[in-house]
Amino acid sequence: MAATSVPLGTTRRPAIKPGRILIYALLILFLLLFLLPVYMVIITSFKSFQEVDLSRMWQLPVSLNFESFARAWEVLAPNFANSLLLVVPATAISAIIGSLNGYVLAKWRFPGANILFPLMLFGMFIPYQAILIPLVQFLNSVCLVPNADGTCSTSLYGNIFGLILVHVVYGIPITTLIFRNYYTEVPDEMLEAGAIDGSGFWGLYWYIVLPISLPGFVVVIIWQFTQIWNEFLFGVTIAGSSAQPITAALQNLSGSQIVEWNVQMAGAFLTALPTLLVYILLGRFFIRGLLAGSIKG
Amino acid sequence: MSKAGRITAFFVLLPSIVLLAIFVYGLIWGTLTTSLTDLERVAALRGLPGQFIGAENYERLVNSGLERRFRIDMVNTVFFTLSFIAACLASGLGLAVLIDQKIQFEGVFRTIFLFPMALSFVVTGVVWRWLFQQNSGLNVLPTAIGLPAGNFSWHLSQDKLFTFNWADVPNILVMVVCGLVIYFALNAYMKKKSQRAAFLAAVAFLLLMLVTFNVPNQAAPLRSEEHGFNVALFSITIAAAWQMSGYTMAMYLAGLRGISDDLREAARVDGATELGVYRHIVLPLLQPITLSAMIILGHISLKIFDLVYTIGGENPLQIDMPGLYMYFVTFRSGDYGRGAAIATIMLIMVAIVIVPYLATSLRKERN
Repeated sequence: MAATSVPLGTTRRPAIKPGRILIYALLILFLLLFLLPVYMVIITSFKSFQEVDLSRMWQLPVSLNFESFARAWEVLAPNFANSLLLVVPATAISAIIGSLNGYVLAKWRFPGANILFPLMLFGMFIPYQAILIPLVQFLNSVCLVPNADGTCSTSLYGNIFGLILVHVVYGIPITTLIFRNYYTEVPDEMLEAGAIDGSGFWGLYWYIVLPISLPGFVVVIIWQFTQIWNEFLFGVTIAGSSAQPITAALQNLSGSQIVEWNVQMAGAFLTALPTLLVYILLGRFFIRGLLAGSIKG
Repeated sequence: MSKAGRITAFFVLLPSIVLLAIFVYGLIWGTLTTSLTDLERVAALRGLPGQFIGAENYERLVNSGLERRFRIDMVNTVFFTLSFIAACLASGLGLAVLIDQKIQFEGVFRTIFLFPMALSFVVTGVVWRWLFQQNSGLNVLPTAIGLPAGNFSWHLSQDKLFTFNWADVPNILVMVVCGLVIYFALNAYMKKKSQRAAFLAAVAFLLLMLVTFNVPNQAAPLRSEEHGFNVALFSITIAAAWQMSGYTMAMYLAGLRGISDDLREAARVDGATELGVYRHIVLPLLQPITLSAMIILGHISLKIFDLVYTIGGENPLQIDMPGLYMYFVTFRSGDYGRGAAIATIMLIMVAIVIVPYLATSLRKERN
C-alpha cells in the first residue's frame, strides 16, 4: 500500500505506516465480530431467568449466577454421557481402520486402486439424507435382543451401537484419506529396507509405519471426535430417545415452550466445551485435518 | 514388496470396501428405488415394500400445488448457496490477506477466526437465534455508535428479492447454461482455439434462440407460482459464514504461504504496487483454491439441515431447505417414498458439484 514511498531495493520500513494501522483496525474489527456471539453466550448464561430481558440483552449480568448452568446440566448430562459413549469408541475404531486403509493405499498399490479410492471418497461428500431411509430400515432389521415370541426387543435402531456403527462406516473415507496422504510422505526406501529384512505386510506396519504414525492419529482423532460430537442428523433420526446425543438434546432444549435463553446459552456452552477444548489445546492438528478434508494433502 | 504382502493388503482393505459398497452405494440404490414407491413408515418398519408408482413422487414435487414448500426449498437452496459461498470467499480471502501481512499476534487472530469451525451447527444456530431477536440483538448494535436501531426481522422476514415465476424456470436454466457456454467460448477464444470458440458460440446462439422463442418453457410446462430470494436467508448466511469463513481463510492462507516471497519481491522490483502484486501475481495463483473452497462450501450448503432446523424450528418456510423438508416428510409424516425422492434430488445436486471435483483433483494428483 504505502510501499511505493520506500525507495526500491531497501527493506527498511518506517515504524508506523497508515497502511499498517488500517490492517490492524480491520483485523480488530473482524475479531470483535467473531467474538460477538461468544460474548453473548457468556453474559446470557450467567444471568438469572428474571434478568434475561431483551432491553438489557447486551448488558453484563449484575452478578455471576450459575443457576442456568445447573439447569442445563440437569437436562443435558445423560446426553453428554451418550455423546461420550458414542464418540470414544467410534473415533478409536475409525482411526485404526483409517490407518490400515491408508497404509494399504499409500504403500501397497494394487490394480484398480485408482478407481476404488475416488469411489470410497465419494462417501464423505454425499448428503446423508440420501442413505437415511434404507439405513433406518436396515438398522431396524438387525435384532440384538430377540423376544421369546420371535419379535425384537432391541434392534440397532434407536441404540448407541447402531450410532457407533454408522459413524465408523461413514468415517472410513475421511480417515483413509488423511492417513493415505500422511503415509504417502513416508519414503518408500524406509519400507523397502524393512522388506529386505524379511518383514511382511504386518511386520512393516508394526515396526516401521505405526511408530511414526502419531501425528496422523492425532489429526484423525481430533477430526473424528469433532465431527461425531457435532453431528446432528443421525442423532435425531436413528439414535432414539435413550441414546440421543447432546446436539439433539440441545435442539430439544431450545424447542421447549417457555424459552429460557439463559439455560439455552449455558446448554450451548456445555455442548461446545469438549470440542472447543480440543481445538484450543491441539489447534495445529485441527487445522491440518480441516485442510485434509479439501483433498489436497 | 512381496506378493504375499500384496494379498494381505487387499484383504485388509476389503472389509472397508464391502462396508462402503453396502452403506454408500447399496443404500443409495435403496433410496432410489424407494423414491419410486409410495412406501410409508408403518409398512417399512415391518419390512414390507411399497407400491411401485414410477416418477409420481418427483412429478408431485416439481409441479403439484401441495408441494409448493419443496419448490421454495429448491429456490432457497440456490440463493443460500450463492450468498453463502460469496460471503465465505470474500471474508476468507480478506482475512487471509490481512493475516499474511506479517502482523503481530498472528496466531491469536488465526485461532479466533477459526474457532467457530470447532462448534456444532446446532450450537451456532442456538446462539444466533438469540442474536436475531427483532427487538434487540444485532438490531440494536448500531445504537452503540449513535446510529438508529435496525428493524430487520432476520429469519422471520417475509420479504423477497428477485421474484420470478416458477413457470419460467426452464427458460432460466437454459439461460444459465447459455451463460456458461459463452464463458467457455470466451476462454477458448483467449487461448486462440478459434475452432472450438466458434462451435461454442454457435451453441450459445442456438440456446439464446430457444429462449427467445420460449421453447424451454413450452417443452416443460410448470405451474405458475411466484418465487424469489427470501431475504430471511441472510440470517442463515450470516450464521453459516460466521462458522465457515475461518475455514476458507485457512485454505487461502495455506495457498498464500505456498507463494514464494521471491516471486512477490521480483514483481515489486519491477515496479508493481502492493495492490498490483495481489492483482497480477497472488490472486491468479489462488484460483485453484477458490475453486476447491467453492466446492467444499457448496456441498455443505446444498445439504444443510441442522443450522436451519435450530434457527427456524418447525415451520420456517422462508428459510426452509430440502434437507429439512426431507426430515419432516420422512420422520414426521412417515412418507418414505416422497422423502426418498427429496433425498435423491439432494444427492444429484451434490453429485453435480462433487463428482467432477473428485475426478479432476485425483487425476491431477496422479500426474
